[in-house]
Amino acid sequence: MEYLRPRTWSDAVALKTEDPSVVPINGGTDLMVEINFARRRPPALLDLSRLDEMKGWEKRNGSVELGAGVTYTRIIEELSTELPALAIASRTVGSPQIRNRGTVGGNLATASPAGDAHPPLLAAGASVRAESMRGARDIPIGEFFTGPKQNALEPDELIRSVVIPAARGPRQFSKVGTRNAMVIAVVSFALSLDLEERRVGTGIGSAGPTPIEAVEAQAYLEQELEAGGNWDHRRRPAPEVGERFAEMAASAASPIDDVRGAASYRTHALRIMAGRTLGWAWDEVVERGGEGRRQCW
Amino acid sequence: MLVELTVNGRRRTAENVWAGESLLYVLRERLGLRGSKNACEQGECGSCSVYMDGGLVCACLVSAGQAHGAEVVTVEGLAEGGRLHPIQQAYVVEGAVQCGFCTPGLIIATHQLLSENPDPSDDEIREALAGNLCRCTGYEKIIDAVRLAALEMSVI
Ligand SMILES: Cc1cc2nc3c(=O)[nH]c(=O)nc-3n(C[C@H](O)[C@H](O)[C@H](O)COP(=O)(O)OP(=O)(O)OC[C@H]3O[C@@H](n4cnc5c(N)ncnc54)[C@H](O)[C@@H]3O)c2cc1C
Ligand code: FES
Ligand code: FES
Repeated sequence: MEYLRPRTWSDAVALKTEDPSVVPINGGTDLMVEINFARRRPPALLDLSRLDEMKGWEKRNGSVELGAGVTYTRIIEELSTELPALAIASRTVGSPQIRNRGTVGGNLATASPAGDAHPPLLAAGASVRAESMRGARDIPIGEFFTGPKQNALEPDELIRSVVIPAARGPRQFSKVGTRNAMVIAVVSFALSLDLEERRVGTGIGSAGPTPIEAVEAQAYLEQELEAGGNWDHRRRPAPEVGERFAEMAASAASPIDDVRGAASYRTHALRIMAGRTLGWAWDEVVERGGEGRRQCW
Repeated sequence: MLVELTVNGRRRTAENVWAGESLLYVLRERLGLRGSKNACEQGECGSCSVYMDGGLVCACLVSAGQAHGAEVVTVEGLAEGGRLHPIQQAYVVEGAVQCGFCTPGLIIATHQLLSENPDPSDDEIREALAGNLCRCTGYEKIIDAVRLAALEMSVI
């Protein structure tokens, strides 16, 4: 096995393009487990963990471009205002040791249906910026996950960053597991309300072969909030609306029975979580409502 | 490959390191520092916890090449002049050690917690130690030890 230590992002891109069989390593929290247990023996490791180009984030035109190498710890410390759901999700990842090393780029590349960054990224309408010597492209998050642990990256591509619209309204995340720390989601749910564009975003984790967006539930809620004048008045939608939204969100999933939970439990939990996150989101709207609207978010 | 790093303030060199090797393997098998323990090799137990460039990490998940040039502190680096660090002393006093396998990792994690938060609440202690498993003690003694260490260190 070879060990490649590119000094710049463009060197890393060149090495990956020259030989797509080289395997990137960033935090190592997924890959080192595979190597330690001899489940993977890549011909070469491409160490991305020293590349400053991937370790920063920048807010531009209302979006955060989050470098693929930013750790969960830093997201929690630095981005809780701009990316609240991703920050909440980051707090639930592993342990302090894992959060100090693990990155969103690694989470995306692994593309586990249980990856905790995925539901918030789906709900926010993010896109994944991939690059090879052939050029750079933005992959909409909804097209990124192509199967269990499969993604839309070409063999020669690296993830450079994720472009995530900053919050313009409340965003929430909820995760069910067997304990509070160090737990892979049995099921998870993220919700985003965009008070300016009047859009609802959702993301479901661990309840299908890939992370899923509950498209019909989103459309339903947008319509009801419009019809009920809730976007304008910032008043809480009627309980029936929340209940119907939660049911629709749960039925968007296609969970299976596995060691972590039964399909029927996942569907049930999802309904509860969708309802709760909507409640929390409106709590925030109501709380901040008096403070003069727009500038709140 | 050659890996050069600073461990507990000393420059160290490991030769002929395999590219798939972990920092934990380098510390234990190449540099003879057996304080950091190898239990799960999958980030679950925290018994390999060390500082790398100031941050708490599982040494089993850091590839050796990533530690090249890094500043590493292990449990061996805490005692000074043959005297136990107050955190180590507190673990002894409170009986927070049974088999001792989890102890080095817990001591490093405790050190990290107290250096950032000298007076942690019980919830903060539990949160900070969530990545360190102990199969023997039931954790109560460990939490007692952290409280005692916080007290001792605030007095110093
Ligand atoms: C004990 C433990 C607990 C965990 N808990 C959670 C949890 O609660 N929630 C959760 O979602 N995950 C969890 N994980 C999984 C893991 O921590 C995350 O998936 C993390 O985000 C991986 O990031 P990394 O930088 O460590 O990835 P790495 O291990 O460095 O890489 C992972 C994969 O991505 C590829 N890769 C990395 N960076 C790039 C890039 N820029 N471009 C292209 N490919 C790339 C690598 O080649 C590899 O295949 C846990 C892992 C452990 C060991
Ligand atoms: S041996 Fe590293 S976390 Fe268990
Ligand atoms: S004392 Fe035995 S594992 Fe903690």
